[in-house]
Amino acid sequence: MQRVVYLDHAATTPVHPKALEAMLPFFSESYGNPSSIYAIAREARKALDGARESVAGILGCKPNEVIFTSGGTESDNTAIKGVAFAAKSGGNHIITSSTEHHAVLHTCQFMEKFGFEVTYLPVDRFGMVDPADVERAITDKTVLVTIMTANNEVGTINPIADIAKVIKNKNKHIVFHTDAVQAAGSVDIAVDHLGVDMLSLSAHKFYGPKGIGVLYVRRATPFLPQQQGGGQERNRRAGTESVATIVGMAKALEIAATGREEYNRHCQRLRDRLIESILSRIERSYLNGHPTQRLANNANLSFEYVEGESILLNLDMLGIACSSGSACTSASLEPSHVLMAMGVPVEIAHGSLRLTVGSKTTDEDVDYVLSHLPGIIQKLRAMSPLAEVR
Amino acid sequence: MYTDLVMDHFSNPRNVGTIADADGVGLEGNPVCGDLMKIFIKVKEDRIDDIKFQTFGCGAAIATSSMVTEMVKGKTLDEAMTITNRKVAEALGGLPSQKMHCSNLAADALHKAIEDYRTKTAAVAG
Ligand SMILES: Cc1ncc(COP(=O)(O)O)c(C=O)c1O
Ligand SMILES: [Zn+2]
Repeated sequence: MQRVVYLDHAATTPVHPKALEAMLPFFSESYGNPSSIYAIAREARKALDGARESVAGILGCKPNEVIFTSGGTESDNTAIKGVAFAAKSGGNHIITSSTEHHAVLHTCQFMEKFGFEVTYLPVDRFGMVDPADVERAITDKTVLVTIMTANNEVGTINPIADIAKVIKNKNKHIVFHTDAVQAAGSVDIAVDHLGVDMLSLSAHKFYGPKGIGVLYVRRATPFLPQQQGGGQERNRRAGTESVATIVGMAKALEIAATGREEYNRHCQRLRDRLIESILSRIERSYLNGHPTQRLANNANLSFEYVEGESILLNLDMLGIACSSGSACTSASLEPSHVLMAMGVPVEIAHGSLRLTVGSKTTDEDVDYVLSHLPGIIQKLRAMSPLAEVR
Repeated sequence: MYTDLVMDHFSNPRNVGTIADADGVGLEGNPVCGDLMKIFIKVKEDRIDDIKFQTFGCGAAIATSSMVTEMVKGKTLDEAMTITNRKVAEALGGLPSQKMHCSNLAADALHKAIEDYRTKTAAVAG
């Protein structure tokens, strides 16, 4: 059987066996609707309440500040629309950054159709937002700032606590939301440490199931619910709760929180082996993102003169799964907006490769990649009209 | 996402390389995605006697480059001018719709190489 080396943990992660085990009873045993009153429903309600308390414990918030959603995309949409529409009488200005996930960027663009003005802050060449830029962008019309904790493509970690201070010093009524979808697995996401009013999580990025997430909403935050219906989630997000996946998510988050240091140490060692060996073995290769302020599992590199999809296809033939910011791999046919915002030249963005390691990644996996990647790059360069230097 | 034939041309591209004393050279770039293709031809008695390519691009770009060189080798220049990007894609058993633009380089680069040859020979003859 062909070897499988999965190095795309930023895209999604396998469900942790303990999370899976925790979920199973809620599919066909304790399958009751948590809003009903009989025994099997009460079991579901109990599990739901327990999961909410567990998530709240890790976020350092109250259980009633935790809203369960269908994932990162819904949490981001709900946060932005929920605050913007609720706070509209107080102002129409939103601040975000140019390297956000499309769940944030496209939602902000959508809000522009409703009379909101959006500032898309620049980032430095490492992909980081400068708190001073946030401060300068704030006007008396600003109602919401949304800046991601860590970037999904290059792994750069933003100074969220510093940004929070700057915002709150200026005007404590401005709501600060952060998309912590990528950060949750390896960064402290206690909301008071970060100083945020709202925070998005998605379970499938931290070894939980797909299709479930969290939106934390601090008490007294102006918030207009975006989904009307049966009144679940204290009227803030209607719809029968997905008990099984909520339980699985809570378990996965618990495991992530308690094992964070060890997980980071494991990932970082493998990540650094990848980065250092690739940079030293392959000429004209570059690291994208921040050299130190980056997610423990993210290695994003560019190879001059070659295109990302052609690298991915070659790696896939060897069973290696990873991703690229190349224009040819994006539906929009434009190179990664993240690399563009960082000022990476188009040709170099076109040759980017994102390798994200995970809990089951081994040294042998890294060796396997290192033994094949230089040959692939060489083969593609030999074919490239851009490669004057070989 | 790609057909077996596309993957075959991608993994074992035919006619990769350059021709030092080429009779015609065509360079075509795609400003949208950044793919770039260069075709070199050697012409003998109005036929494509030899052809080579270099491509910076994705699977679709490399496979179409390879395929177009196979399709026109030995053909007359007029025959080669009738090759379209669509015919190249069809010969590969089709390409994913979002990839069509990446494949729109191969025939264009070929036509540019032929035009380059024709301008040069016209200049000599004239
Ligand atoms: C930073 C970030 N935000 C939001 C999302 C969307 O999350 P989901 O896939 O759960 O909708 C992702 C995942 O791709 C992400 O990486
Ligand atoms: Zn392409």
